Amino acid sequence: MNHPSNAAHAHDDAMHEHTGSLRGYLTGFVLAAILTIIPFWLVMGHVIESHQTTILIVLALAAVQIVVHMIYFLHLDTRSENGWNMLAVIFTAVLVVIVLGASIWVMYNENANMMPMSPQYQHHRLGS
Amino acid sequence: MNSIAIDKAPSEPQDFLCLEEGHPHNGTLLGFWLYLMSDCFIFASLFACNAVLGTSYAGGPSAHDVLDLPGLAVNTALLLVSSVTFGFAMLEVSRQRKRAMLVWLGISGLLAAMFVGLEIHEFVGMIAEGAGPDRSAFLSSFFTLVGTHGLHVSLGIVWLIVLMFQLGKYGLNEANIRRLRCLSMFWHFLDLVWIGVFSYVYLVGVLR
Repeated sequence: MNHPSNAAHAHDDAMHEHTGSLRGYLTGFVLAAILTIIPFWLVMGHVIESHQTTILIVLALAAVQIVVHMIYFLHLDTRSENGWNMLAVIFTAVLVVIVLGASIWVMYNENANMMPMSPQYQHHRLGS
Repeated sequence: MNSIAIDKAPSEPQDFLCLEEGHPHNGTLLGFWLYLMSDCFIFASLFACNAVLGTSYAGGPSAHDVLDLPGLAVNTALLLVSSVTFGFAMLEVSRQRKRAMLVWLGISGLLAAMFVGLEIHEFVGMIAEGAGPDRSAFLSSFFTLVGTHGLHVSLGIVWLIVLMFQLGKYGLNEANIRRLRCLSMFWHFLDLVWIGVFSYVYLVGVLR
């Protein structure tokens, strides 16, 4: 990165690695805009017949956009803060996956077993 | 037996203790990052609530009935542009250009204020239609998640205003730059959470 030398005195090395560049922000913005427009277009334009497929694509694009934001806006890499930032992110991601995945999994089964059953479902359960 | 053997072992240099490992140079930024990660857990549990309760309409309006996608598109654009203009402000910080930085910060704050304004408008409209947080489990989880995010953005704006006064009065000193970096992370983090909100709660919500 090219910084004017007169700016250096108020800064230190740790600060420079977080600053980013104009190109970085613009790249991030263009990528984020594309990754935002596609899911809106898919849902609002009813592009794909299958809701299931649309949902999977929207979630996949969201995951990609989160990574784009982390790289271009939050300037996350393996070097920032001696790698502790990345370590915290990985730890958080693991716990978030557990919280989300387990909640959905457990509550899906709870719903299937505890909610008032539709006659069809009840028949299926009693028959099996 | 084993423990005795360890006790009698000669005192060798402890290779596993890495003495060169230093503290992070600026602990505040790492600490703030850890706060953001803990905030991530709050949002993760609210997302989990929405995932579980998102179709429990209790005979009330469904997500498809109440959620306004064109308004959402405007809100998403406002927040994304606000995130980028905050990045531009940070670039001006590294160039030591205070006035340009304050202008970019002001623009970011205005965009975020418009975001909050539109969100409040949406909430008021929904409550007036009888689709308030008390109507169904889906609406409770919706208002809690989106409201918590909106509250974060609102407090971010308050923080931004206070910091702009600080910057105006005391200039770009080390403490103010550190505070600004924390707020910058907060700002970008909220935009990151919003990706989950518009993708999952709104776009997936209307399809479920």
